[in-house]
Amino acid sequence: MEDIKILSARFGKIKPDSVEEYINAGGYEGLKKAVTMQQEEIIEEMKKSNLYGRGGAAYPTGIKWEQAYAVKKDPKYLVCNADEGEPGTFKDKRILAEDPLLLIEGMTIGAYIMGAKEGYIYIRGEYSAIQRIVKSAIENAKKAGYLGTNILGKGFDFDLHVVSGAGAYVCGENTALVESLEGKQGRPRQKPPYVKNCGLFQMPTILNNVETYSCIPCIVNVGGERYSSFGTEFSGGTKLLCLSGNVVNRGVYEIPYGLTIREIIYNLGGGVKDGKKLKFVHLGGSSGSCLPESLLDTRICYDDLKKNGLSLGSGAVLVVDDSNCVVDYLKAVMEFFEEESCGKCTPCREGNQRLLELLEKLSQGRGTLADIEKMKSIAQTMKMTSFCGLGQSAPTALVTLLKYFENEFIEHTAGKCANGKCSMNSKGVN
Amino acid sequence: MEKVVGVLQKYGCAKENLIQIMLELQKLSGNNCLPKDWVAKVAETLELPLSKVYGVITFYSMFHTEPTGKYFIEVCKSGPCHIAGAENVLHMLEKELGIKPGETTPDGCFTLTKSSCFGACDIAPAIKIGEKVFGNLTKDKLKEIISSCREGL
Repeated sequence: MEDIKILSARFGKIKPDSVEEYINAGGYEGLKKAVTMQQEEIIEEMKKSNLYGRGGAAYPTGIKWEQAYAVKKDPKYLVCNADEGEPGTFKDKRILAEDPLLLIEGMTIGAYIMGAKEGYIYIRGEYSAIQRIVKSAIENAKKAGYLGTNILGKGFDFDLHVVSGAGAYVCGENTALVESLEGKQGRPRQKPPYVKNCGLFQMPTILNNVETYSCIPCIVNVGGERYSSFGTEFSGGTKLLCLSGNVVNRGVYEIPYGLTIREIIYNLGGGVKDGKKLKFVHLGGSSGSCLPESLLDTRICYDDLKKNGLSLGSGAVLVVDDSNCVVDYLKAVMEFFEEESCGKCTPCREGNQRLLELLEKLSQGRGTLADIEKMKSIAQTMKMTSFCGLGQSAPTALVTLLKYFENEFIEHTAGKCANGKCSMNSKGVN
Repeated sequence: MEKVVGVLQKYGCAKENLIQIMLELQKLSGNNCLPKDWVAKVAETLELPLSKVYGVITFYSMFHTEPTGKYFIEVCKSGPCHIAGAENVLHMLEKELGIKPGETTPDGCFTLTKSSCFGACDIAPAIKIGEKVFGNLTKDKLKEIISSCREGL
């Protein structure tokens, strides 16, 4: 396995806000090359790179940028989604804290392509200490002529601002983020119009995740084809994965697409902690799917995952061992969504509450088989009728755990929690 | 009120900066909350209805309309921390501080809350006190953290 480090190469090795150290470690080569190229040429390279959005939705970035480039309306805004709130995800945090100039360089290339003069990095409020690092990196880039007016003497201007979130998971949704950037409640907007046509202050807006922007300098530098070759046929490049849970070595790992989930957990992660057995993996954060041992040989690659009904989401890989109970775990997941639902639409606002109530019933031994069927029905309704992605994906963990572990749910209706996690069991923690 | 005017001016009295203004004011308040008269002043200056401003403040979990303890303790209860024993961490803190989530100790030192994931999953179970994150928590470690907070009062 070739050890390719594109995004994490400088982690912990340079002073994060130092332009000089960034350049000495290979930084700004992408921007320098980009300003000698035609805008269309760069977009072509991005399309060749097979770069898919790294925030979770996995939309092809080259196509997104081609569409945004074609919009004839000014001014255009460039926005970075650094509202990393998906449970189990802590990769953007590393880029922001340890190599923010990589993100800034990626956004500056974006500004050069789009002709945007203003950009915003929306960083979650919980990362307040990191916001200061990014602000300082922006100031230093300006002083060094890589940001601000007449960048690299090429006559184009671009200014970046850091805007803080204030604690709302839903603001990771593009249109809710834009609402929040405008100083409002972060509730999602009706789509279409899409943000590329009508986003921030009703103007065309190019909105990408931290990791996505951070891939751009390398794509420009080595070319789309070379970048793509680091991954698989359909998923170009590398991905930052966040390994957490009952695994020996938790942390952020940069991997080329194509590794299997098993390789990630056992080779990189050192296997399940304390010699226990793996029960399931929750992939892509709380809104992602759970998969059993039998699917561990699935490759991290959008096509292979899709074939197995999975998605990579934000890149969270949460390992759960067999001492855990699926009902108890799901309760924690649904508490999160119940808390974070913005309340705009009924399926999400009510659905999450009802699912949580039914799970509580099950965990107390009061649940029935009819309750399990009710959960399936609510989940289906939420998936099909919620207003935004948050509500649509909130029941994914429930649906997939029911698919693979239905017996365990049924056992709970008979008052049995084999793992002793639920309160009905005399050995339970409550 | 001078503080409020100062912050408003820093952000150009622009409506779109409401959240940034409020975050900064809350920091300046000394008790981690947004007093009514400050909120009213902001609403008036930005020409926004008071209801709209409160709508925004109460939408986001980081804003408080009542004073919190000097040490604002957030216990992550999301998936990764849950399987790492977040429930035990919460129980230990409840016992140590003698309060339940959502409450403040009578001496105004500590507020205990449950929180959504703040990205410390690699050191779960984790808590956040103000800006500081503490992870890989054990009973002893928690006791140490709390007593160093008490010493710092």
